[in-house]
Amino acid sequence: MMASGNGQPSSPGTFFEEVIAKTPGGEALRLCLQCGTCGGSCPSGEDMDYTPRHIFAMLAANMKDKVLRSNTPWYCVSCYYCTERCPQEIPITDIMYTLKRMAIAQGLYEDADAPDWSQTFIGMVEQFGRSYELGLATRYHLTHRPLGKIRLGTFALDMLRRDRLALTPSSIRNTSQLRAILDKAKELEGAQ
Amino acid sequence: MRYAYYPGCSLERSAASYHTSAMKVADRLGLVFQEVDDWNCCGATEYFAINLLPAYALVARNLALVPGDLAQMAVPCSACYVNLKKTDKYMGKYPQLAQRVGQSLAAGQLGYRPGGVQVRHLLDIIVNDVGCDAITKGVVKPLTGLRVAPYYGCLIVRPENGFDNPEYPTSMDRLLRALGAKVVDYPLKAQCCGGHMTQISEKVAYELIRRLLHNAAEYDADVIACVCPMCQLNLDAYQGNVNRHFGTDYRIPILYFTQLMALALGLSAADAGLGSEIVSAQPALAKIAVEVPQEEDKKARKRADKRALPMPTMPDEEA
Repeated sequence: MMASGNGQPSSPGTFFEEVIAKTPGGEALRLCLQCGTCGGSCPSGEDMDYTPRHIFAMLAANMKDKVLRSNTPWYCVSCYYCTERCPQEIPITDIMYTLKRMAIAQGLYEDADAPDWSQTFIGMVEQFGRSYELGLATRYHLTHRPLGKIRLGTFALDMLRRDRLALTPSSIRNTSQLRAILDKAKELEGAQ
Repeated sequence: MRYAYYPGCSLERSAASYHTSAMKVADRLGLVFQEVDDWNCCGATEYFAINLLPAYALVARNLALVPGDLAQMAVPCSACYVNLKKTDKYMGKYPQLAQRVGQSLAAGQLGYRPGGVQVRHLLDIIVNDVGCDAITKGVVKPLTGLRVAPYYGCLIVRPENGFDNPEYPTSMDRLLRALGAKVVDYPLKAQCCGGHMTQISEKVAYELIRRLLHNAAEYDADVIACVCPMCQLNLDAYQGNVNRHFGTDYRIPILYFTQLMALALGLSAADAGLGSEIVSAQPALAKIAVEVPQEEDKKARKRADKRALPMPTMPDEEA
C-alpha cells in the first residue's frame, strides 16, 4: 500500500493514483501536508468551489465526481504561485491541468465556458499551426455566449481600429508535418 | 550575440508594437535575432488542458526547428517562454515523456534532445547579456521624470525560471533605472493579470486587473511597463471594462519595456511602436516630450456626423 496525502493507504487503480500517473512529477502529491500555502497564494482561490488544499484532501479521499465537477481547475490562472511556494514541491499547476483533462475526457464539468474556450483555441492551432484571435473569439462567443457579444463588439472594435486584430488567419507552411506529429502524439497518449 | 527568435502568435498582430520595438532595440544593441523558420503556436495555457503529450509535442516542434548553430532562443512572450522552457526541462527530467515526444517528432522527421536549446526571455537577455551599464551608455533621451511601474506578471519568473526572484523580481527595475526613469516599487508587481480568465469569468478577471491598476495608481505610476502580450492586453484593452464594472476611472497606459527602451535610446515613436495602445500613452509621454502618432485622426474626420444617422446607443456609451 502506498501512502496518500493524508498518510492513509492508497490502492492502485483509484482516482488518486490515476491523477498521479497522469501528471509528470505527480508522485509528489503523496507528500501533501495540508498546510494551505497553495490556497493562500491563489489569486482566484476565493472564487473556487474548493481551494487547492481542499481539492488535494478530496483527491486523497478519491472523491472523483465532486473534484472533476468543481470549478477549481478551471479557475486556476496558471500563475504558478502555489507551485513556487509549495514546501513539498508538488507541481500543483500541472495537477490542475490533469484535472481539466480528466474532466473533459469524462464529460464531468458543470460550466462549459472554460473547456469550450480551450477546445476552440486548440482547434484553431491544430488547423493553422497558429492561434487566430478574431476567429477564435468569434466562434467561441457566438456559439457560447451570444449575450456577451455587444461587449465583445466594443473590445473588437477598439482592437481593429488600432490594427491589433488580423482579419484572416496566419498559417504555418508545414501544416502536414505538424498534423503528423500531433496525430502520433495522440496515438501514443491513447495507447497509454 | 546571435539568438534564435521565437515571436509567438500575439506578436504577429495584437502585440505588433512589442515585436517592432524589440527588433529596433535589438538592432541598436547589437543583438542578432534569427526568427525560427515556420514556428508554430506554443499552445498557450490551453493545450495542456486538453491533451498532455500532444501539448508537449506541439511545443517541442519549435525547439526542434532551431538551427544547430544557435544555442539560445530569445522569447518575448512570457506564456510562450514558460511552455518552451518547461518542455525542455521536463523532457530532461522525465525520460518517458522525452521518449514519447521524440517518437511524435519523428513522425514529422524532426528530433530534439533536451538541453539542446537554452530558452531565455527577452528581458533576461537584455539585462544580463547586454547589461545595464552598456544600455546606460546608449541612452540619448533619458526618461527623466517619468514614473514607471514595472509589471512582471507570473510566467517570466515562475516556476523557478532562474534569472530573477520568483516573488520579488528586480531585473526590469534596474533596466528602467538605467533608462533614467523613476521606478515605482509596488507590492503587486509579480501578481497575476488573470490570463485567459477574461474569456471564462469576467468577475474573476476584472478583479485581478483592478487590483493591479489600483496598486500602480496608489503609487502614482504614470505608466505600467510589461513583458508579456497577455498582460498588456488584459491591462490595456480591458481597462475600460474594468472601469465600467467597478465605477473607477483608471487611465494608466500599458507599454512594453522595449517601447520605453526604444524612446530612451533615441528611436522614433513609430520605431517604438507607439499609437496602438487602447489607453492613450500621450498624457504620460508628454512628460518626456514624446508625441504619440495619432493614426486615428484621419479616420475620425471621415466619419459622418452622429446626428445624421440616429443609431441606438448602449447606456454606458452615452456621451
